[in-house]
Amino acid sequence: MARVFQKPKSMTSAHTHYCPGCTHGIVHRLIAETIDELGIQDRTVGIAPVGCAVLAYHYFDCDFQEAAHGRAPAMATGIKRVRPDLLVFTYQGDGDLASIGMGEIIHAANRGEKFTAIFVNNTVYGMTGGQMAPTTMPNQKTTTSPAGRDVTNCGMPIKIAELISALQTPAYVTRQTVIKPKYIIKAKKAIRKAFEYQMAGTCFSLVEIVSTCPTNWGKTPLESIKWTETDLLPYYQLGDCKTPDA
Amino acid sequence: MNYQYQIDADRCKGCGLCVAVCPKKVLELSQTNNSKGYFPAYRAREEDCVLCGTCCIMCPDVAITITPIDNASAEK
Repeated sequence: MARVFQKPKSMTSAHTHYCPGCTHGIVHRLIAETIDELGIQDRTVGIAPVGCAVLAYHYFDCDFQEAAHGRAPAMATGIKRVRPDLLVFTYQGDGDLASIGMGEIIHAANRGEKFTAIFVNNTVYGMTGGQMAPTTMPNQKTTTSPAGRDVTNCGMPIKIAELISALQTPAYVTRQTVIKPKYIIKAKKAIRKAFEYQMAGTCFSLVEIVSTCPTNWGKTPLESIKWTETDLLPYYQLGDCKTPDA
Repeated sequence: MNYQYQIDADRCKGCGLCVAVCPKKVLELSQTNNSKGYFPAYRAREEDCVLCGTCCIMCPDVAITITPIDNASAEK
């Protein structure tokens, strides 16, 4: 039995500007598929970050708002409080959410704002040229750590999903990846679950997605996937960190 | 019911992720470039393809689609 596959309705036909092998496109598609499946295209508002996904509003066919660097959770809070009937999601990278926007995300999660944060963790600042991010792995070479990340100087990479799940407020926090079809299917389920929690008004939800950045890692797309599997996944362990029922 | 498998050569960026995940090793990267200068994927061994859709799931650029075509309109 063939599997029918078409572009989701909630995605525009624009060609993305992402580098070849960048998994941002997969995450975009998963969100768009979820929006289609839940039938919420006309009442979904996305918040675009500053980072590689800064032009996300070109690719999603739903309402979008651009936020200042790291301030997407603050803007999502505003929109969700004024219009609780809308579904709001933020789409943020690790330079945006884990660095400059750390204060916003922690407090939004702590207040239990009922929006969904999609956090794409590719361990570098992609758009600005591959600088070291708080999530960069030990000894990983970036343009601002040419000898590799020195953990005595910069500390260990921040595990955002674990950090957010340490808060007392009920939330759905999970970490997924999109480097292989089997993981993509799981990531899709997690994104759908996050939107469903939001639709039910249950809790804040954060889906961290371990992603690749072939260009700034200096690897081919396939090498990046391999490196993610051997080096990133043992540190950034997949699975639900917190569920509202627990 | 028949299905049409299509790779939009101009959307494809030639990253090769589909080639790596194809369970039947159907796909390969082309020797000729597309309008953006990338070398797009194509079905080198079309007869082996079972339309499982694994390549569609992996493709970051939604370049691969499998659409049903009903036989009545195909015959016209």
